Amino acid sequence: MGWDLLVVLIAPFVVAVVCWWAPVAVGRALTVASGALTFVLAVLLVPAATTMAAGGWLRADALSVVFLVAVAFLYATTALFAVGYVQPAGDIDTAARYNRRFFAGLNLFAWSMAMAPVVNGFALLWVAIEVTTVISALLVAIDDTDGATEAAWKYVLIASMGLGIALLATIVMYYAGSSVFGGAYDLFYPKLLGAAGQFPAEVVRLSFVLAVLGYGTKMGLVPVHTWLPDAHSEAPTPISALLSGSLLAVSFYAILRFYQVTVRAVGPAFPRNVLLAFGLASLALGALYLASQRDLKRLFAYSSVEHMGILAIGMSFAAPIAVVGVLLHVLAHAAAKGTAFFGAGSVVRKFGTKDMDRIRGGVGALPWSGPMLVLAVLALCALPPFGIFRSEFLIVSGGLSDPRDAIAAVLVVLVTLATLGITWFSSQTMLTPDPLPDGTTSGETSAWIVAAMAVGLVALTVLGVHPPGQLSDLLTRAAHELGTGS
Amino acid sequence: MPLTLLAAASPPPVPSTVSGVSEAIALVVLLTEFAMLRAPLSRSQIRLYAFQSLAVSALAVFVAATQHVPELYVLAALSFGLKVVVVPAIVLRLLRDARVDLAASNRLGVASMVLLAIAISVFGFFVVGSLPVHSRSLPTPALGMAAAVILVAFLLVILRSDVVSQAVGFFSLENGVSVASLVVAAGLPLIVEVAFLFDLLVAVVVFGVLMRVHHGRTQTLSTDVLDRLRG
Repeated sequence: MGWDLLVVLIAPFVVAVVCWWAPVAVGRALTVASGALTFVLAVLLVPAATTMAAGGWLRADALSVVFLVAVAFLYATTALFAVGYVQPAGDIDTAARYNRRFFAGLNLFAWSMAMAPVVNGFALLWVAIEVTTVISALLVAIDDTDGATEAAWKYVLIASMGLGIALLATIVMYYAGSSVFGGAYDLFYPKLLGAAGQFPAEVVRLSFVLAVLGYGTKMGLVPVHTWLPDAHSEAPTPISALLSGSLLAVSFYAILRFYQVTVRAVGPAFPRNVLLAFGLASLALGALYLASQRDLKRLFAYSSVEHMGILAIGMSFAAPIAVVGVLLHVLAHAAAKGTAFFGAGSVVRKFGTKDMDRIRGGVGALPWSGPMLVLAVLALCALPPFGIFRSEFLIVSGGLSDPRDAIAAVLVVLVTLATLGITWFSSQTMLTPDPLPDGTTSGETSAWIVAAMAVGLVALTVLGVHPPGQLSDLLTRAAHELGTGS
Repeated sequence: MPLTLLAAASPPPVPSTVSGVSEAIALVVLLTEFAMLRAPLSRSQIRLYAFQSLAVSALAVFVAATQHVPELYVLAALSFGLKVVVVPAIVLRLLRDARVDLAASNRLGVASMVLLAIAISVFGFFVVGSLPVHSRSLPTPALGMAAAVILVAFLLVILRSDVVSQAVGFFSLENGVSVASLVVAAGLPLIVEVAFLFDLLVAVVVFGVLMRVHHGRTQTLSTDVLDRLRG
């Protein structure tokens, strides 16, 4: 299956290069094809055991595949959505240039995010995540508005500083390993995991805290989340969906890799407490900010902060079932947040604004994507039958069996608070029976957008009602790899 | 009893030449960071960055020679080419195109900034000194100074409100991490180090693009106008 991994990394890159040169229609078609191909290949990796390729530099174990599937799913659906969303505006030359840049960037961004979970070792992981930063910063700025420029500058500066700390974490981890392996060795995961028990505990602890702080900046953990709402709200909507659903997840993956080594070196209590502190802060602030948002895309951005908090808290529970829930939550959040942003994009296209005070009667104006956006919002609120219901259920039940079961209660209260904020929005903007603003007629702007949202909702329902057996098996294996219950 | 007291009070062992030289270079890197923090002109900040990168490259050559890690010569050459020549050239060219040489972007007075930087460096130095990290290749005080460089780089980004200071703050943070990596991880595989450097170059290009976009939209290099997005 080694070729599989190689194709996953080569296809988006090649398509990106082609998009830059080829006619716009060709680039759009190839983007959709590459998204679908990447997703199929990622799914083919689900039942496989650990896959190696490229002389050991690429390695996909169960944990990698979970995140690869999340990235590939969002890549495939975002490709569909982008074809409908990115309309040629202005004169033909400007539009063509924008389209070329946009689709080349979209594919490169997907390529870098697919690379992060399948490279083998902490150093390459850092390189891949830094590449995601520089590509996505340019994509955030691509619309060339005041807001986009400001958001891109804040994003590239804050995320790069964070990644500087993550690089320090990588170097400290290397130092921890050098007490066992000597002066020169490669930072491959299996090697480090095998010997982690002999690493000096203080050094590993330092490395873990630096990693949570550094990669946590990109994951959007409070208090280092400040770039996130700006970048998510000002980027073109397809990029917002990828940032929220995949990029944050990939940064979480990096933290989990450090978690894996730290659990083996110093025991589970320390990393769990660190993640608990960041997770509670993120969930609490995300839930509170949700209630005060006026900008549709900022609302979903703070919802991402909230969900990243849930992931971090879920990792702090000792029960393996909570970790399975966390990994399922990564997949379900990718699908739900992608669909929600697609719906937001549809609303923005229709009403020409992100300002929620000026959006009324969304369900009437958008006969398909309107109701689907409401469903996606309900899915984000963890209502059944969607995937987030199942994942949060697993996390909470894991938390209730934890000795510190009060945390699970706090989690439920804060999630309910967040639900209040986000459903208030949907009833205000989508479900009010107000007449449509002048010049707005009922009807969809693009069938592609509807298709992308439908795919997302189907995936959410499958994850919620009956996840495929092989997927459940994959999640269990990944949770086992994370060293739970030990 | 008096004898043991006498023994405890005896002077510490004289540091070896190796540790003396490497600590001196690390100190030069830290002092350059202070100079960047207070330098009023963007142009001089970039020159200071080039000088700091030169010191880091020299440290790499020194570690390569004394620790017999020949790969580090390659790294030092690459680091010299990129961080001393290419990156400063790119940023200086951007500045020339922008036709502004910004002064007075301080959020605090120079004296307060430097005092704050001293306080935070002392904090970083002693916190790292209390860690059980003992390097084979370089003495631990150099690691403490690397931590101080990183903390002062954060101050530079926080306390100066123009795009050049903030970009240079990030680049010099990377220099601090390089010193730390030479201290505790001299054997890090060359391919990894090269990947780091290449990433830095890509980041520089992106910083450059965004600086140009920012200047094109606002006709200024100040970040004080970037206050629309909040809440």
